[in-house]
Amino acid sequence: MIHVRVRKTFPAKPDSGGFTLDVEFKAEPGVTVLFGPSGSGKTLTLDSIAGFVRPDEGRVLLDDQILFDAASGVHLPPQRRHCGYVFQNYALFPHMTLRQNLEFAVEQRPRLERHRRVNEMIERFRLQDAAGRRPHEVSGGQRQRCSIARALIGSPRVLLLDEPTQGLDAPLRGEFYEILERVRTDFKTPILLVTHDLDECFEIGEEMLVMRAGRIVQSGAPRKILDQPANLDVARLLGRFNLLAAEIRALDPGRNSSRVQVGEYELDGPYFPGHLRGDRVMLCVRPEQLRACARNGRPAANQIPVELKRVIEKPEGVRLEFAGGIHVDVSRAEYEARQDQREWLVEFPRDLLRIL
Amino acid sequence: MHIDWFPLWLSLRVAVVSTAIAIAAGLWIAYILANREFRGKEALDAAVTLPLVLPPTVLGYYLLVLVGRASPIGRLWEEIFGSPLVFTWKAAVLAALLHSFPLLVKSARAAFESVDRSYERAARTLGASEWRLFWRVTAPLVRRQIFAAGALAFARSLGDFGATLMVAGDIPGSTQTMAIAIYDAVESNNGAVARVLVLVISAIALAILTFANRLVLKSR
Repeated sequence: MIHVRVRKTFPAKPDSGGFTLDVEFKAEPGVTVLFGPSGSGKTLTLDSIAGFVRPDEGRVLLDDQILFDAASGVHLPPQRRHCGYVFQNYALFPHMTLRQNLEFAVEQRPRLERHRRVNEMIERFRLQDAAGRRPHEVSGGQRQRCSIARALIGSPRVLLLDEPTQGLDAPLRGEFYEILERVRTDFKTPILLVTHDLDECFEIGEEMLVMRAGRIVQSGAPRKILDQPANLDVARLLGRFNLLAAEIRALDPGRNSSRVQVGEYELDGPYFPGHLRGDRVMLCVRPEQLRACARNGRPAANQIPVELKRVIEKPEGVRLEFAGGIHVDVSRAEYEARQDQREWLVEFPRDLLRIL
Repeated sequence: MHIDWFPLWLSLRVAVVSTAIAIAAGLWIAYILANREFRGKEALDAAVTLPLVLPPTVLGYYLLVLVGRASPIGRLWEEIFGSPLVFTWKAAVLAALLHSFPLLVKSARAAFESVDRSYERAARTLGASEWRLFWRVTAPLVRRQIFAAGALAFARSLGDFGATLMVAGDIPGSTQTMAIAIYDAVESNNGAVARVLVLVISAIALAILTFANRLVLKSR
């Protein structure tokens, strides 16, 4: 397990504002994803763990070893931290063959063990054909596998990956997720992975830390975070929501119900604990949770008549953009059946309404 | 026409020795300048670069003050070796060194700074000591640029005139380097000799610079 609590301030300079990293989290064996926009401090967090930067305050604890402790002045050099680090560009030494890259990582070990480990890794990561070649002579997939193998060969106690799928095409991405899944089950260490791709968080992350401006703004299982973002910031960072200004008109804890006004319409919702009548809030609901239907006569409960602005084709279906910034995802078939209708209704399922 | 080739051999010998010293000492300074943060770092860089811009006579003067027969270093040298340092070919090496050292440090620093930091970081997370990191990762990566820097330093040490004249003098067969021999030939109206020497040293310098350029291009 790794326990990180660090704070580091970079003073403002003429060409850039100041930045403060201030994070605390624990990561168990399994994949923890650091998610956030560029410049939110994700890589800096990894670098503080690996020992490339020295935080001003806090401590980094790996299992029961102190890697960094500001109070007692402990700051182990990267060499003694046993962190496996996979760099964004892989950082395979260009003047060495893949085999030599692996050997470099275990040079201090006895000869026989060294040999055994290198061969084991070459086999496990399917590098037999490429082992004798240099990084620029092998395929992107082989480079990627070799960089992970090199990070793991010394049996690190935590694996750090800095945007490992940045700039990879879809097949290589798929291959990477497969490898990571195997690594997760074979090496029982915490794995911290930096990404700004939400799909990736769902694909591989058991835990997710949402970062913004040097802080962790929410943490938990990716599904849970998507179901209930902690605040508007998180909802905007995830970028998968319809965010509509609304006002609470009525709240009834006894019947677990509420009425929420959006524009000129009132919607039924579940009871929202911690809110008061009259609160101005943001209604937060995902495009795939809404339903778009044809208008026949008066709108039923929780339906709002809306004007269709734009149709956006997506690989998985069609996204309808309505006036007022309401997006609704429908399947291709659903859209084709209704594409001739003039007037649309958007239905807000009562129990899926969330407010922020 | 009789040409004495001693100045050419002397110049080459001086250049080889001074380049060797420049590489041995300059690489470490360049490495530290490229990799460490400390106070006075840019001041050190400026001090190392200074000989590039000062008049050769100023450098010669400094050297005389530093290693002349009256100076502590000069006296120590005489104590140990039994003869003065100034007005020998070894003093010519010092004068050449003063010119080649800044060139070497400048280009070596740029070479070290061009190495992608992630290679060094990777080596560290893999447990490599700073020593092993330098010899196994950084040095091989900048090998060509360092050779090119050495070639540049070598070419520069071939050509010093002013400082050499002041500390090593113009003793034919002992401290008379190419640059000084050319000056002598011109002064004594020996145009033919001067022309040959000028062409020879130009050709050597041109060859070395071409070689250095090709090394740098290859390393990209």
